[in-house]
Amino acid sequence: MTTRTMGEPIPRREDPRLVAGDGRYLDDLGRGALAAAFVRSPHAAARVVDVDVSRALEVDGLVAIYTYEDLEGPMAEPLPLLIPHPRLHAGRTAYPLANGVVRHVGEPVAMVVARDRYLAEDACERIAVAYEPLAPVVGLDAAVAAERAVHDDVPDNVAAHMVQEHGDARAAVAAAPHRLELDLSIERSASMPLEGRGVYARWDAADRSLRVYSSTQTSTSVRFALAVKLGVPVDRVEVVAPDVGGGFGVKIVHPWPEEVLVPWAAIRLGREVKWAEDRREHFVASAHERGQRHHVSVGFDDDGRLLGLDVEFLHDNGAYTPYGIIVPIITATQLLGPYKPGAYRAEFRSLYTNTVIVTPYRGAGRPQAAFAMERTMDAIAAYLHRDRAEVRSANFIQPSEMPYDHHLTFQDGRPLVYDSGDYPATLDKIKKLVGWDEFEAFREEARAAGRRVGIGLACYVEGTGVGPYEGAHVRVETNGTVVVATGLTTQGQGHETAFAQVAAEALGVPVERVTVVTGDTRRFKYAVGTFASRAAVMSGNAVALAAGKVRAKALRIAAEALETDPDDLEVADGMVRVKGAPEREIALETVAVLANPLRYAFDEQTKLATQFVVGRGAEDPPVAEDDEPGLEATDWYSPVRSTFANGMHAVVVETDPETAEVRILRYCVVHDCGRLINPRIVEGQIHGGVAQGVGGALYERMVYDENGQLLNASFMDFLMPYASEVPKVETDHLETPSPLNPLGIKGAGEAGTIPGAAVLAAAISDAEGFFIDTMPISPSELWALREKEDG
Amino acid sequence: MKPPVFEYHRPGSVAEALDVLAQTGHDGKVLAGGQSLVPLLNMRLAAPAHLVDVNWLGELDQVPCDAGGVRVGALARHARVEHDPGAAEAVPLLGQAIGDIAHTTVRNRGTVVGSLVHADPAAELPAVLVLLGGTMELASAGNRPRRVAAADFFVGPLESALRPGELATAAHFPRPPAGSGSAWVELARRHGDYAVCGVGVLVALDQGLRVSSARAALISVGPVPVPVDLTDALAGQPHDAADWAAAGRLAAAAVDPEDDIHASAAYRRHLAGVLTARAARSAAAAAASRLEASA
Ligand SMILES: Cc1cc2nc3c(=O)[nH]c(=O)nc-3n(C[C@H](O)[C@H](O)[C@H](O)COP(=O)(O)OP(=O)(O)OC[C@H]3O[C@@H](n4cnc5c(N)ncnc54)[C@H](O)[C@@H]3O)c2cc1C
Repeated sequence: MTTRTMGEPIPRREDPRLVAGDGRYLDDLGRGALAAAFVRSPHAAARVVDVDVSRALEVDGLVAIYTYEDLEGPMAEPLPLLIPHPRLHAGRTAYPLANGVVRHVGEPVAMVVARDRYLAEDACERIAVAYEPLAPVVGLDAAVAAERAVHDDVPDNVAAHMVQEHGDARAAVAAAPHRLELDLSIERSASMPLEGRGVYARWDAADRSLRVYSSTQTSTSVRFALAVKLGVPVDRVEVVAPDVGGGFGVKIVHPWPEEVLVPWAAIRLGREVKWAEDRREHFVASAHERGQRHHVSVGFDDDGRLLGLDVEFLHDNGAYTPYGIIVPIITATQLLGPYKPGAYRAEFRSLYTNTVIVTPYRGAGRPQAAFAMERTMDAIAAYLHRDRAEVRSANFIQPSEMPYDHHLTFQDGRPLVYDSGDYPATLDKIKKLVGWDEFEAFREEARAAGRRVGIGLACYVEGTGVGPYEGAHVRVETNGTVVVATGLTTQGQGHETAFAQVAAEALGVPVERVTVVTGDTRRFKYAVGTFASRAAVMSGNAVALAAGKVRAKALRIAAEALETDPDDLEVADGMVRVKGAPEREIALETVAVLANPLRYAFDEQTKLATQFVVGRGAEDPPVAEDDEPGLEATDWYSPVRSTFANGMHAVVVETDPETAEVRILRYCVVHDCGRLINPRIVEGQIHGGVAQGVGGALYERMVYDENGQLLNASFMDFLMPYASEVPKVETDHLETPSPLNPLGIKGAGEAGTIPGAAVLAAAISDAEGFFIDTMPISPSELWALREKEDG
Repeated sequence: MKPPVFEYHRPGSVAEALDVLAQTGHDGKVLAGGQSLVPLLNMRLAAPAHLVDVNWLGELDQVPCDAGGVRVGALARHARVEHDPGAAEAVPLLGQAIGDIAHTTVRNRGTVVGSLVHADPAAELPAVLVLLGGTMELASAGNRPRRVAAADFFVGPLESALRPGELATAAHFPRPPAGSGSAWVELARRHGDYAVCGVGVLVALDQGLRVSSARAALISVGPVPVPVDLTDALAGQPHDAADWAAAGRLAAAAVDPEDDIHASAAYRRHLAGVLTARAARSAAAAAASRLEASA
């Protein structure tokens, strides 16, 4: 009998450790290390005229101060542009330390290393940097106007310009019986993991090797980047991601200035050096996302069916483009959601401003895309006086049309082809869950009691599990433990549990026997990273494939031992058995022993496995020519293209007629991410995603003044929702398996965040009776809109 | 975000604390719950050379209540006062307002007196003290303790009448007259945040359950709490059918808010009216039920 583990809502095994405070985050490591701190630009744009360190030298405990002048070779060059793209014609990246110019508040100018962080900050305070301030470019209007340039050699501030088109969208809009034009904006927010970035480096001078711990979403790539930047051979560099207290996208960016400088200093000083980012640094020196302005021209027929859709948008990429133009490309391609657009055209300009860089944050361009598309659907429904769900339904790609080719190019450079999905069924479920058809009765009841309520609906399709590949290594130890290693990192998603479930199922062992290692280049050297809702799809399938190989080997060895055919065997509960004759069985750990003929016996178990007892012929080598010792295997999963998950959110809100406060009465989610590995983990991902979606819709924004100062760079004024602001989330699932991968799964990590701004704007608009085109929205802003409406 | 160097003092008695404060003068700061001071230190926005920790002065951890009202000692934490039955009976507005200060963890550490001395224009307790006409008790070495009326104590944003070398030993919240009721109403962006606008209202009823007098004090709409007399709008009207909106209009006219990143000045003024009307209605209802209960 096999205990099923795939699909079971087993508790996350990492939680007791993490919840009890036993996690080992970056700052829990390296207690004796020297501390680094940074002098950062207080100006959004300035020339650095002089750095005077003389007063800092008096600080007792100071070890070193570095400026750009100290950097040499690859360290003196700009940091890498990680994802070049032909349309990114003017990509620019920063230097690890400012080279004569600073382009945003927070850019590092000098690094201080001292005995502890207190002293390092004392020294920072005493370093006098003379700046010649320049007029900054803040906001999209200033970027477009280009009266000033962020980079002298990019006078129009345009980093990238890209058009994708299928059909002649402009002609289709012009010829349509009905047309609408909409301007739709979303402001910046940020990933804002509770643990900021952090790096801790140890240089072993005798061994000439470097170990770096980094709070990163990609330890494997940090390793390669460090080898290049520091001139240390790759095989002398190890990078470990310890427990990571959240990433949400910002930690996929690498190598950060601090991430190269800390190990560089550790090598130079021959001492351990550590830097743990503080919250203010995170606000002004990591990354933001979401700031985009869209102009939509849409043509449609009497049923609200799209005939042509022409979207132009401006993307504020901040001061540099180290992560390329992934975010606007995703907006351009994911905007279509579950719909057939008729002819479609998307054009964007990605613009430099003197603000913090913009890189993917959970959802990565999709929340903006869903906002643009779903507000358009609502506008069409309002224009035609039709039910909003009906208009959406008229535009759905049908299950029978899958796979569906949009004739566009997705973020991975591959054709945008949806693999599967059942949008009409998803809509039925969400309507039922929220009570869509009964809402008008509720609205009347509420109105009679002097209350204002509204309902909103928003759909999305999310390309998940982008390549190019992930791998996994699975080994059965002679004590029966199964050790799974992936190079992919983890930031709290529950990989230890989910990958154990996949391996247990594929191998036929109890899940408790499986341990999982992630993000440690000592254990697995090739990987891409955790982002784009890809871990379960990519590493999940790689684990299944590697475990399958181990199982096959186990069957072969067991068949020899049991003198039978491998095809007659099965593995269940960690035992290899003859089907139909369960008394003929051999434990997997014994198979592991047999798989590894030994010279030396050091315990009872290994006595069984020495070359003198293993049952091969005297003329055969103990390990056959085409075999390897050990019960282990590595395998890889590399998909032809992404798999597309989908979902729909429906929300009921109440707005206070006097104070304009918004209260969420119901938050419903129907979600289809293919086959579920662990429904509990998927629910958790949705809850967390919804929390961030609500944050982005009602609370969070980055408030820059005209000088490029971030006015709310603390948790006092940047309003991340507390648990008390996050509604109870009601969920329902559909499981439309992906035909693209062996497990039939799709990604689930970002989904909960995507339609947040769209669905809340819809519900608030519905309650208020006017159209909301800009998010987030505060009570003060909603009240101002009311005043305007009332004239 | 690490504080610069400071010298830490832990006096064992109020007298000793006063001596240390006298010696350190301008360079010394009292450390109470630390909920406001420690963030300022960590962000290097304050850099006192000496911190005088009063957390070991048990003699200040008292909340005696009598016919005159509640005297909150300097070491009494928000949570203690919030749940103190004597205080709730004597000055219900205290518990009503404290419930809107931050979260349990902050209320477990932060002190009522610390909050008053800190004089944040968005803090609840300064308004409560102003509304009730309370006093601060300030001690310093070699001098007689002085009492400062609430109206004189709050000087500006984060600025009180406390002098260098002084320790605030207690705050006195007078008991409102019989036949009165109170309410605290505020709007915050998130649960426990500082208010976008907040208001405490005290309404006194006559024996016929008609309003005899009403006063409000508002926060986050000026540099210090803004007291507003609502009597003209409400006097003589029934406790359950007064012109609350008129009271709101008085409040809205009295405040002079500013724009900030969370709300416009116009919205804050609007809130001052809405919230004052709401608070006045609740305060009148509370007064009526108190009167009915004692009848
Ligand atoms: C997340 C968070 C949210 C908060 N939200 C709110 C809120 O909504 N409303 C609100 O009112 N407050 C809020 N606060 C502040 C909280 O109420 C503090 O407790 C209070 O402002 C200060 O009290 P304390 O005892 O912590 O004082 P401390 O931080 O120790 O001191 C504050 C200042 O007062 C001085 N001081 C303190 N006690 C004395 C004394 N006895 N004599 C002389 N000087 C003294 C100190 O020197 C210092 O200058 C919040 C705090 C946090 C961290």
